[in-house]
Amino acid sequence: MEEAKAAVVINGTPYEAVMGIECHVELKTETKMFCGCLNIFGAEPNTNVCPVCLGLPGALPVPNQLALELMLKAGLAFGADIPAFSKFDRKNYFYPDMPKNYQISQFDMPLTQGGTVTFWLDDGTQGSCRLTRIHMEEDTGKSTHASHDGRIAGSTYSLVDFNRAGVPLMECVSEPDIRDAASAVAYLEALKRTFVALGVSDVKMEEGSLRCDVNLSLRPLGATEYGTKAEIKNMNSFNSVGRAIESEIARQAAILESGGRIVQETRGWDEAAGVTHSMRNKEQAHDYRYFPDPDLTPMEFARHDIERLRSELGPLPQARLDRLILEDKLSVVQAHQIVDKPGLAGFYEAAAEASARPQATVNFLLGDLSRLANETGVAVSASGVTPQALAELIELTEAGAINSKTAKDLIARLWSAGGSPKTIVEAEGLGQVSDSGAIDALVAEILAANEKTVTDYRAGKGKVMGFLVGQVMKQSRGKANPQLAEERLRAALGDGGGSGT
Amino acid sequence: MILEGTAREIAHAVNAREVSAVELADAMAERIAERDGAVGAYLARTSELARAQALRVDAAIRDGKTFPLAGVPLALKDNMCLEGSPTTCGSKILGNWVAPYTATAVQRLLDAGATPLGKTNLDEFAMGSSCENSALGRTRNPWDLGRVPGGSSGGSVAAVAAGEATVALGSDTGGSIREPAAFCGVVGFKPTYGRVSRYGLIAFASSLDQIGPISKTVEDAALVYDVMAGRDTMDATTAERDVEQTSLGLREDLRGVRIGIVAEFGLDKLEPAVRAVYERAYADLERLGAQLVEVSLPTADYGVATYYLVAPAECSSNLARFDGMRYGLRVERPDVVATYEATRAAGFGDEVKRRILIGTYALSSGYYDAYYVRAQKARTLIAADFAKAFASCDAIACPAAASPAFEFNAKSDPVSMYLMDYYTVPMSLAGLPSLSVPCGYVKPAGAAGPLPLGLELSTPLFAERSLLNIAHAYERATRHLEAERIPLLSSAVSA
Repeated sequence: MEEAKAAVVINGTPYEAVMGIECHVELKTETKMFCGCLNIFGAEPNTNVCPVCLGLPGALPVPNQLALELMLKAGLAFGADIPAFSKFDRKNYFYPDMPKNYQISQFDMPLTQGGTVTFWLDDGTQGSCRLTRIHMEEDTGKSTHASHDGRIAGSTYSLVDFNRAGVPLMECVSEPDIRDAASAVAYLEALKRTFVALGVSDVKMEEGSLRCDVNLSLRPLGATEYGTKAEIKNMNSFNSVGRAIESEIARQAAILESGGRIVQETRGWDEAAGVTHSMRNKEQAHDYRYFPDPDLTPMEFARHDIERLRSELGPLPQARLDRLILEDKLSVVQAHQIVDKPGLAGFYEAAAEASARPQATVNFLLGDLSRLANETGVAVSASGVTPQALAELIELTEAGAINSKTAKDLIARLWSAGGSPKTIVEAEGLGQVSDSGAIDALVAEILAANEKTVTDYRAGKGKVMGFLVGQVMKQSRGKANPQLAEERLRAALGDGGGSGT
Repeated sequence: MILEGTAREIAHAVNAREVSAVELADAMAERIAERDGAVGAYLARTSELARAQALRVDAAIRDGKTFPLAGVPLALKDNMCLEGSPTTCGSKILGNWVAPYTATAVQRLLDAGATPLGKTNLDEFAMGSSCENSALGRTRNPWDLGRVPGGSSGGSVAAVAAGEATVALGSDTGGSIREPAAFCGVVGFKPTYGRVSRYGLIAFASSLDQIGPISKTVEDAALVYDVMAGRDTMDATTAERDVEQTSLGLREDLRGVRIGIVAEFGLDKLEPAVRAVYERAYADLERLGAQLVEVSLPTADYGVATYYLVAPAECSSNLARFDGMRYGLRVERPDVVATYEATRAAGFGDEVKRRILIGTYALSSGYYDAYYVRAQKARTLIAADFAKAFASCDAIACPAAASPAFEFNAKSDPVSMYLMDYYTVPMSLAGLPSLSVPCGYVKPAGAAGPLPLGLELSTPLFAERSLLNIAHAYERATRHLEAERIPLLSSAVSA
């Protein structure tokens, strides 16, 4: 368990922030939850619709089995329990972008219960947050209000796009285990990388495929009762989640500091202003009149189906991160960079195992290889560099057989043409020249050709040494050992420091 | 004339090219034009769709194909979608909505060669037992135009009784096929819940609604059932079970069949003349070789109370989509909520509003356990009572309704109307297959002529073949439909 730390001190008393997060995640299925319409973002409005997702009279829902399996997998990835029995319920309320004026959801028998999300923070500590449940919902349509600011107030009409209506949504509800903004963001990132790895969702907040609400309250450190909470909505990036939390903690603290009381309400995050504003308070709460949807039969999950899904999970990002950080001793930032880039983790693991040098592997991967990937638009794993080739390259560098310049050049060659670094180095004589006799000959040549520089050096301009080493390297076509070249230059110039005094 | 024939006879003649589907469609359209002014069975005539379908059927038959329902004139209750047809549910709220797709059950009949002549009247959203709750017109009982046809499938039943359709589809939630079939002297059959797809049937109470055939003979009901029953990938509640063919080789005796007579449904509650008809019906069953056994359904008395919580609860949610936003009637007001309210106030009739209110209340937090959950428990007990009764019998026989068709406005109190469902609702709650077959007539003073009564027969879940066998044997032995002439038809034919 984490040690409790104060988020804020109010009139001398340390307070902690208590947060639970509800996430709505759009599933990456080919078709919608209850009909055969395509589930794609950005199509012409009202083109991916049918009688079912438009809620036309007489139409009936039929569950998308793949969507249900994806949600079960999401739960299994966090160690959640899959009850033997689950069902769909109707949540009844009127809204113009909800075609049936009820939403098919789950009330008291969710698909999964429990589970724990663990995450690493940049300072190297580890955190965790328990999941309450994961359940299925269908998404609504999307309203566009014809007003100057896009809000319903003051609009003369509204347009509704039902392409999103019936898209499978997974709602993940957490326990109130989160205490600070960094943990909230790390929790969301942990969800994201797991859902992406499982193919559950692409988790793009900007496209609305992940929406989250944070319930936040303050209480004196050590108290067991919860304070009155506010629900914060409308954050459109992980960064804004962090900012909204900081802002809300400050707002609630200011109220408490001045002796006020927190009102239970829903607050919207205003990205531009950097503050939350009140949307509605609890008195307007709906009675949703949940009841089992009679159009859908209850679901029963057989043990062997659950075990099959468990076996299909594949390597989970959280386990990878733990290994990278705890065994390979990578920094949290490096480990996240490796695991969060598609295809990079597998490449890293193969190369680090072959070379037995994780830090050198990660340096190449996040350095030269990532730069090449950015420049060429080709993924590292799709380039000509294989994990084995990278391991050979690391071996050659670490053994001093090639210098870093050669290594850089070789990576660029391998990227486009492939091949084995050892074979290339041997065939083309690219091995580093560390023979003092050979280097002395080069040094003599360079000094003879650069009399003015030699004079400058002797007059005390020590920094021209860099130029002279560069000339030796150039003359050797990059193969000279640069440390040795400098050493022999200084010897030839007759001093050890070059300060020229 | 073949127009008077059964579906089986018509399909045979059309397949044999003795008459074309188009000739039949035209002749039936003409007959509807002649008779429906008096009966009012149809809300919309779909003569063009019927003609186009008949042309396709005739062309396919010329190519050597045959169809089980070739050219059979079909009427559809107007809560079923038929692409291109106005579909109203007997309500003002749907406005001029034209269905953009076809219900699965309807499509299967079309694929079997039937021709859709029109959409028939019903109690608004199938809520009622007399057809008087239609917002769009009055349907009269062809046996006595001063009486109701029953409901909610009143239009479909009246159409078949008046010879304005050979077969029709109705929907039965708590008796809406069986009670009107009894009132109009035709066969009305509600299959097991889950046997016939509900896709395209505009929902009243989803856990109870079931489409079924209305016909002149049990054999025709079996023929239509065979065509439309079975799993539909568009309806998750259809049963994953093979459907036995029921229309071929129906038996004509009842030897070895045990028929349960329900102790709690004692005939002593009935008018003497009505009672005499049912006593004779039970005796006829016995004469045909059946063994009559007394069975008990101790919870059946709670059927109506249970039904009038479960069905309104589901309807309150099902009818939420009629809000004036996307289709149908819209009564424009300055904001969304006011538009909802004005639209629904103007669009729904009193009975629909009553049930939405009851259902909303039953599902409200604080009342849910006391009403909805309790009703579901009662439903389980009622189903268990039937299961116990079927341990000692193969089918249960009882009246389909306590009386023959009543006069218009005779039941202005909603509860007395709800009690019309007394004999049909328990089977609906248990999901059982159940039908009404004509079993005799009474001639009350003041009636225009004889009024038919129906015998309700019910069997265990998915025992449709056994049910249709028993009903067929009874019908063949008694020939009640042939015993009397419908006064309307006598005059229509002589006119």
